[in-house]
Amino acid sequence: MSEKRQRLIEALSGSLPSANLLWQKEDTAPYECDGLAAYRTLPLAVALPENEAQVQAVLKVCNEFGVPVVPRGAGTGLSGGAMPMQEGIVLSTAKMNQILNIDPLSRRAILQPGVRNLAISDAAAPYGLYYAPDPSSQIACSIGGNVAENSGGVHCLKYGLTVNNVIQVRAVLMDGDVVEFGTEALDAPGLDLLAVMIGSEGMLAVVTEVTVRLVPRPPVARVIMASFDDMTKAGNAVADVIAAGLIPAGLEMMDKAATRAVEEFVHAGYDLDAEAILLCESDGTEEEVTEEIERMSAVLRESGAIRIQVSQSEAERMVFWSGRKNAFPAAGRISPDYYCMDGTIPKKAIATLLNQIKEMEDRYGLRCMNVFHAGDGNMHPLILFDGSDEDQWHRAETFGNEILEACVALGGTITGEHGVGIEKINTMCVQFDEKERDAFFGVKAAFDPAKLLNPDKAIPTLHRCAEYGRMHVHRGQLPHPDLPRF
Amino acid sequence: MADLTNEFVTQIKEAVAQKRPLIIEGSGSKRWYGNVVAGHRTLSTAGHTGILDYDPAELVLTARAGTTIAELEKGLADRGQMLPFEPPRYSSESTLGGVIAAGLSGPARPYAGGVRDFVLGLHIVDGKGDVLKFGGQVMKNVAGYDVSRLMTGSLGVLGLITQVSLKVLPVSLAQSTLCFALSEAAAIHQVNAWSAKPLPITGSVWHQGVLNVRLAGARAAVASAEQQLGGTKLAPEVAAKLWLDLQDQTHAFFGSASAMVGQRSLWRLSLPAIAPAIDAALIPGAQDQLIEWGGAQRWLWSDASPEAIRQLARSLGGHAVLFNNQHAVGDVFDKLPPPLLAIHQRLKNTFDPHGIFNPGRLCQGL
Repeated sequence: MSEKRQRLIEALSGSLPSANLLWQKEDTAPYECDGLAAYRTLPLAVALPENEAQVQAVLKVCNEFGVPVVPRGAGTGLSGGAMPMQEGIVLSTAKMNQILNIDPLSRRAILQPGVRNLAISDAAAPYGLYYAPDPSSQIACSIGGNVAENSGGVHCLKYGLTVNNVIQVRAVLMDGDVVEFGTEALDAPGLDLLAVMIGSEGMLAVVTEVTVRLVPRPPVARVIMASFDDMTKAGNAVADVIAAGLIPAGLEMMDKAATRAVEEFVHAGYDLDAEAILLCESDGTEEEVTEEIERMSAVLRESGAIRIQVSQSEAERMVFWSGRKNAFPAAGRISPDYYCMDGTIPKKAIATLLNQIKEMEDRYGLRCMNVFHAGDGNMHPLILFDGSDEDQWHRAETFGNEILEACVALGGTITGEHGVGIEKINTMCVQFDEKERDAFFGVKAAFDPAKLLNPDKAIPTLHRCAEYGRMHVHRGQLPHPDLPRF
Repeated sequence: MADLTNEFVTQIKEAVAQKRPLIIEGSGSKRWYGNVVAGHRTLSTAGHTGILDYDPAELVLTARAGTTIAELEKGLADRGQMLPFEPPRYSSESTLGGVIAAGLSGPARPYAGGVRDFVLGLHIVDGKGDVLKFGGQVMKNVAGYDVSRLMTGSLGVLGLITQVSLKVLPVSLAQSTLCFALSEAAAIHQVNAWSAKPLPITGSVWHQGVLNVRLAGARAAVASAEQQLGGTKLAPEVAAKLWLDLQDQTHAFFGSASAMVGQRSLWRLSLPAIAPAIDAALIPGAQDQLIEWGGAQRWLWSDASPEAIRQLARSLGGHAVLFNNQHAVGDVFDKLPPPLLAIHQRLKNTFDPHGIFNPGRLCQGL
């Protein structure tokens, strides 16, 4: 062990109970990656503080040593945001997992960052309240991680993302100062730094406490399952529902490949002949849902749905949703590996993008199934590949990048809810020009002048973008030559 | 319809070269808001107008900053949609840029969300004269830091907002306002208790012993909530005027001559909704508050010392804004703790390194 590492571990030992500092390889190995397992690195050490004072102490030591810190929530992120650095430590908030307060009258919960997303709704349930953002990983992901990624979920069209549901964040800056972003009220003096913290991927400050808004649980929810014989019709139906003045609680689409994969897995009775299936949910009071379901069904029929089923019970609603919710394990069942993308596009471009993806499937010789949040245009193409074949992984990665570039060209973004992390750092060069990236570096330095918090993630350097550009030129042509680049 | 971005870039570069700060202005309808910035040249966005993109099925509207809110609202209303955050329009010429930079929201704030919840992306010209684009025209976007929301409510101290994309929503099919005679404390408790139930509440106001609650949503939902809540139903035209007067601050409370007697100033207290009633013995004027947002926004005319009012708001978990600064000598907003102020200063230095935009308007020294 190098002398510097030895001294660092000694200094950290003074800041934490001995069981909360891991530095032997067998102990740090579980932290070598997050949900994006293709990228792995062993950190120098892993710190597991139990309270804010310990977070401060760890950050002060690292600040003094000039050692980078990679914050980590539950490690379920899909973009490698919590991937360790060889010369840095991982700071896990997993042990700070207490629900500090739930106030049913003001509809607020005060949480330590390691509290699991679903645990908030479970604790609020006796009051008829819940926490609305529901990322698919909600059984495992933590609120601190949700703040870092601005996590969404199936219901964000109606209920918003993390940024719309968090009212205050307490955090420690790299130099150990404790700061509060937002107040207990609905706004705060000065600039909206709370909004900047949310989705900042652990690069600005380490979250130690989060206050969230709780909302009343709607008494009734029903879902329509609509089949379409044509992908373009299904894409247009999504726009028609919204244009009719309806805001569904969830509006999800699955293509034929996805439907077939999940049906084999969950046996939900999905229409296997449909080119696309839409799940359109309404929630609220009994009267409200009855009225909405009628209006939604009428629009979907008008838009060319060939079959419409409405869930008649909570059990049936769960069955209808089971395929959508199990799309990922179903993909895992039919393919050794899958690569999940996260681009968002205007809804009018859904059919165009899906057709482009079809063409890419042939070109890359890989299959892709599509399940996604159609209501807000957030696409999740799942590229199927075999990771044991180096060439397949390489093709999958290039395929993914091409999808993201197509999203940008269609007026969208490379990531709707998973974050940039390390995974999409190259495609950031396509979405933002050098001056915009410089502004991002300025924002980072405003919070973390020493640039030690999760550095080298999310915002690519000019050098990296130049490399990425060259790689594309080597492939023979620069995609979307009309986009401003360097 | 004109794109004046290039003219703005020229003006900003000139201002930098001459070291002469600029005051950014749309229609000037909120000139009085924020700390006094005097003696500088004005950069007007008024001619930079036009709705650039609006497709009701996308729920997204993109327009240039000088476009009037009235024009946006008309375009939206024609397609059965609206700006859900109900921005106060102090004049019929109020612009989109001004609404975003001021960050003020109307009666629906605690229920539908505020300006910041509906900003999807924007373009700015920074203090070096560079055009930068952040966010986009889609609902979900986590690529890069959320600079669009950083600019929202920034009072123009970081850059000139030239173009904005907003999320919009359909207008509710039904609306109804119910009226209850309740004391201040009882009203705050009641409206919070109702908000914890699945009821379509979209506004609340308490003033002089009367609580008004607005319901909006599907017809069946509003009808069943009316049954549950009871109270007296306001006539639709009376209700519509009440909520418009609150949104635009044309309600008698905001302009009453007696309120402005002597050295009284209008204070906006932003508090946790369930904060206790404010003692009039401590803060003169508290007996005539107007309380919105289920208790989270409390207005009062008072000649109490700014320190006393700020300290009270802070002790309750919120903050105070000297909203009408006619008697202002000091800061309009609460002072920031040193670590937050340091972040503000470094952000200012990133986006406006020569200190060209609205110096001091949000915070002294910024």
